[in-house]
Amino acid sequence: MYWEKEYETMSRGQIKEIQLKRLKSLVERLYNNVPFYRKKFKERGILPGDIKTLEDIRHLPFTTKQDLRDTYPFGMFAVPMEEVVRLHGSSGTTGKPVVVGYTKNDLKTWGSLMARCMTMAGVSSKDVVQNAYGYGLFTGGLGVHYGAETLGAAVVPMSGGNTAKQLMLMQDFGTSVLACTPTYALYMAEEAHAGGVDWNKIKLKVGIFGAEPWSDAMRQQLEERWNITALDIYGLSEVLGPGVACECLCKKGLHINEDHFIAEVIDPETGEQLPYGEKGELVFTSLTKEAFPVLRYRTRDISVLYEDKCQCGRTLVRMERVTGRTDDMLIIRGVNVFPSQVESVLLEFGETEPHYLLVVDRKGAMDDLEIWVEVSDRMFSDKVRGLEDLEKRLKSRLFSVLGISAKIKLVEPKSIPRSEGKAKRIVDKRLK
Amino acid sequence: MKVKQISIFLENKTGRLARVTEVLGENNINIRALSIADTTDFGILRLIVDDPEKAVEVLRSAGFVVSTTEVLAVEVDDRPGALSKALRVLDENGINIEYLYAFVQKDPEKALVVFRVEKVEDAIKELTGNGITLISSDKVYKL
Repeated sequence: MYWEKEYETMSRGQIKEIQLKRLKSLVERLYNNVPFYRKKFKERGILPGDIKTLEDIRHLPFTTKQDLRDTYPFGMFAVPMEEVVRLHGSSGTTGKPVVVGYTKNDLKTWGSLMARCMTMAGVSSKDVVQNAYGYGLFTGGLGVHYGAETLGAAVVPMSGGNTAKQLMLMQDFGTSVLACTPTYALYMAEEAHAGGVDWNKIKLKVGIFGAEPWSDAMRQQLEERWNITALDIYGLSEVLGPGVACECLCKKGLHINEDHFIAEVIDPETGEQLPYGEKGELVFTSLTKEAFPVLRYRTRDISVLYEDKCQCGRTLVRMERVTGRTDDMLIIRGVNVFPSQVESVLLEFGETEPHYLLVVDRKGAMDDLEIWVEVSDRMFSDKVRGLEDLEKRLKSRLFSVLGISAKIKLVEPKSIPRSEGKAKRIVDKRLK
Repeated sequence: MKVKQISIFLENKTGRLARVTEVLGENNINIRALSIADTTDFGILRLIVDDPEKAVEVLRSAGFVVSTTEVLAVEVDDRPGALSKALRVLDENGINIEYLYAFVQKDPEKALVVFRVEKVEDAIKELTGNGITLISSDKVYKL
């Protein structure tokens, strides 16, 4: 099944033709409406008319997360605020989010791309979609929501958490599609198997899981425990939100909606484009976004692109499931976490040279974050209450900055391993 | 009247307490009294030693987090009910006790107890005013 067959199955030549046409118009818009890009183009001596072929994209500047922070909140918008109808944000390192905006058209495109992804995953208007992605600034919740509505499915806007109610409605409503992070789906499965669920009433057939990296081993677990087909969906707020790419039922990588995005894989060191089939950093250009278009956005996600036609009939390029990051970002329970966020909190607490370690593990089905902090003379007093207070204050401040709760473990000085003078900041024990 | 206590942060893992006492032993520092407060994750070792300045220095250079606090060394008769008098005095004067612990004592007639209170000066005034003996730091270190 296709949602927009003509775009999903057109020849590679036709796709490239559309991409070039849209790229030219994007560059024109960026040059005229976004001072940030005009400045970058001028520095490189590029004029919009210089883009003659798709290969010319190599001459265009990259956009980084730092650029988006520097232009907080609306500096990258390409339309006046009166045309913006929605704002979303992704987590930032100092508590300030990266802000993205959408026009009415953008929301329509987003809904349609999500409907395309869900159709790819075998979802139709007959389905009941239980949406357990978080609603709010995070794009996951509303992205899936409008996609399901555009598709004509019945959406249950549960948001995350409240597992007992999730399971109750899943049985009562005959939910056929579950959308959430893979770790939450596993957690729900554990709760469901713990008892109290009438498995005859569970009608689930498809899971659309994303917002964090997951493995084939997890896919197998999810498929067995729920008796479903578990598929990976990909997206990031800076480029669109969910709906950039999705797996079809062949499970041979995620189809990128190339009529709306140009995907490149680059060498993260040199910035040089790599050919299809080679592993590198994913870079996306959003061709049709009106309010917040990005040019060559460096995702820091590591993947590979495949151009050969899929058995499902789609000609859209496929990306391999994201296997890692080129920076130190962690994704924990669907939330982006940078060690530098922890550092900024410790600095607030008066630590001039904080030593800390983020230990991520999977406890049962849920990701568990423990933050080890080396106790310094200035933090320490003879009173147990003093240290317990410190733990409590750190925990609550970190929760407000990171957006997830972490256990604080106070450790002795120099007990966190250092290599070449630089401390190791992350230990990720989750299975890859 | 005030006595210097040193406190050391210990993670709950094997060998840490042994390491502290080793460092002190190697530097010829004698322990007069000790107590440990512990939680599930960490402990705080509190010590009265014969040379607190040196103890802080050698423990810090051995990589420990150390702090010093002023405490009181209260002498009470070694008989039932003797401690309660001192506690009553503090209670009646609204002086909170953070914690207390007993000394290693050589005099069979007397017991020595370390008091960690919130208001040290007030505590000194009220205890001595009520005829309770506080042992000076010089004497404590030399015990």
